[in-house]
Amino acid sequence: MLQFVKKWISLLSIAILSLGVSASAFAQMNIEITGVGQSLYPIAVMRFQDENKLPTSVTEIIRQDLLRSGYFKNTENGNATENPSGTPNYKSWAARGADALVLGSVVQTGPTQFEIHYKLFDIRKSQALGGLDINSSADNLRAAAHKIADDIVYKLLGERGIFSTRLSYVIKDGKRYRLVISDADGQNIRNALNSADPIISPSWSPDGKKVAYVSFEDRKPVIYVHELATGKRIMLSNQKGNNSAPAWTPDGKQLAISLSKDGNTQIYGINSDGTGLHRLSRGYTIDTEPQYSPDGRYIYFTSDRGGSPQIYRMSAEGEQVEGAKRISYKQGFVTSPRISPDGKYLAYIANIGGAYRLYIVNLATGDSQALTDGTSDESPSFAANGRYIIYSTKVNGKRVLAAVSVDGNSKQVLTIPGSDVRQPSWGPFMD
Amino acid sequence: MTISITRRFTTSLLFGLAALSATFLVGCSSVKLDDVDGSSSNGNFSSQPWNDPKSPLFEKSVYFGFDEYTVQTKYQNMLSAHAGYLKAHPQQKIIIQGNTDDRGTAEYNLALGQRRSDAVRKALALMGVPDAQMEAVSFGKEKPKAEGDTESAWAENRRADIVYISN
Repeated sequence: MLQFVKKWISLLSIAILSLGVSASAFAQMNIEITGVGQSLYPIAVMRFQDENKLPTSVTEIIRQDLLRSGYFKNTENGNATENPSGTPNYKSWAARGADALVLGSVVQTGPTQFEIHYKLFDIRKSQALGGLDINSSADNLRAAAHKIADDIVYKLLGERGIFSTRLSYVIKDGKRYRLVISDADGQNIRNALNSADPIISPSWSPDGKKVAYVSFEDRKPVIYVHELATGKRIMLSNQKGNNSAPAWTPDGKQLAISLSKDGNTQIYGINSDGTGLHRLSRGYTIDTEPQYSPDGRYIYFTSDRGGSPQIYRMSAEGEQVEGAKRISYKQGFVTSPRISPDGKYLAYIANIGGAYRLYIVNLATGDSQALTDGTSDESPSFAANGRYIIYSTKVNGKRVLAAVSVDGNSKQVLTIPGSDVRQPSWGPFMD
Repeated sequence: MTISITRRFTTSLLFGLAALSATFLVGCSSVKLDDVDGSSSNGNFSSQPWNDPKSPLFEKSVYFGFDEYTVQTKYQNMLSAHAGYLKAHPQQKIIIQGNTDDRGTAEYNLALGQRRSDAVRKALALMGVPDAQMEAVSFGKEKPKAEGDTESAWAENRRADIVYISN
């Protein structure tokens, strides 16, 4: 009977609670920039011609993206427009202090359909750098603006921007928990799951199509894999005891997870369809928070086998193949390892005299530095380009999201008034 | 044509949902998990010994120190009362729910809370309770009984609860 009822409850919650990532949420994310980088690149983003036809200002989204990147300062913030079809007066723009210029225009092609044209100019080199012509429906304008901002970053700085990537995080309102998907700036929030019980540890599949997470809706931690486009989900692991800490292999075919089915929490491997469960760590205490190295050869994890929690590394084939090696030494209490996309840096949370703080260490040199002065940091997650880390911290007793550049200079806090925001996970590049 | 099909579909969908909710409600009243606070939907507060304040089974919580998961000896009598009952009632199942204070990271706290519930499970196993009657799980820091960043709230949340499952 219990199994039968559980099955119905489970079906009901899937039918009612998780209708894909479509239901629009009304919460608005506020972003406060609390630190900026040095030697900022001055850029003039002119207001796009005929932008007043749009329900959303693409100019403002582009300006905000560039500002939050920590690399640019906007030299134009007003409503002045300039015809994007001609050649700009490079000398005049140089005199106004801009090293680069963005011009754009909007053409309405249907009731809710627009063409967004944009061109980029290097003022110092008196050179046109090309641009983009994007067809966009009214409800896709944010994506178009993010795409333009990414193009600007790529052409001026030579690296991929992350404005078109997405975040997943958990919003707690009173006693309700929502797993949401948003743009990289925390805006455009869409529900993936709405639940009366906690949701933790969302983890993006490498192709950005699925999110694995831990839900307590069955009165214990159980791992699900949720397909974002359809809202369909599978129960990945519901073994006796805890099921938690899902982390994808770089090829997306398997996950490492933490299970307590054999007593203490240990790390296991499992196929992404829930088959092929096999044990990877061989500890007698806590082994958890597995993370694959980008080349897929190693698993970094948290273990308290030495007395206090520290970061270790083992072969992705398991601890018996090559003994686990301790990675962290400098602090007495270290959890939550996250590897940068290039595999060179390790972010983690260290407990320093009762303050839980985000650190980063260069794995080649061993040099480490605190990236924040927080006391309750957790859940760090690298941006796809490795330049930023999003994490959760506490401000005035409430959980908020915060983002910091890996050099520690550029900082912002993302809040939803009246809500707790937690457990962020930064999604991959989408092409 | 299209309309009638849609109508028929809507009707059967509504009927299906009604049937589903009926099943759901019946399920809720006949199969439930007892809460730690002993609340009981049928109003018969002491119908089960673990809900009776006079019963040795009424005490169901084991408390722990910071980053610790050793069951202190003062809980031996309480645990042996539970072990005795469980051995005498082999159909009775329990869930042991571990919890931690709010400090630190979610996944490590989940594992720490599980060490606490597993320590209680092992203590009961040593007293002869079969593993099949017990499941040790953890809520980590996700379901705090006491809110706030105070030592007393933290101490209240470093806890494992024995929860009897009503059959």
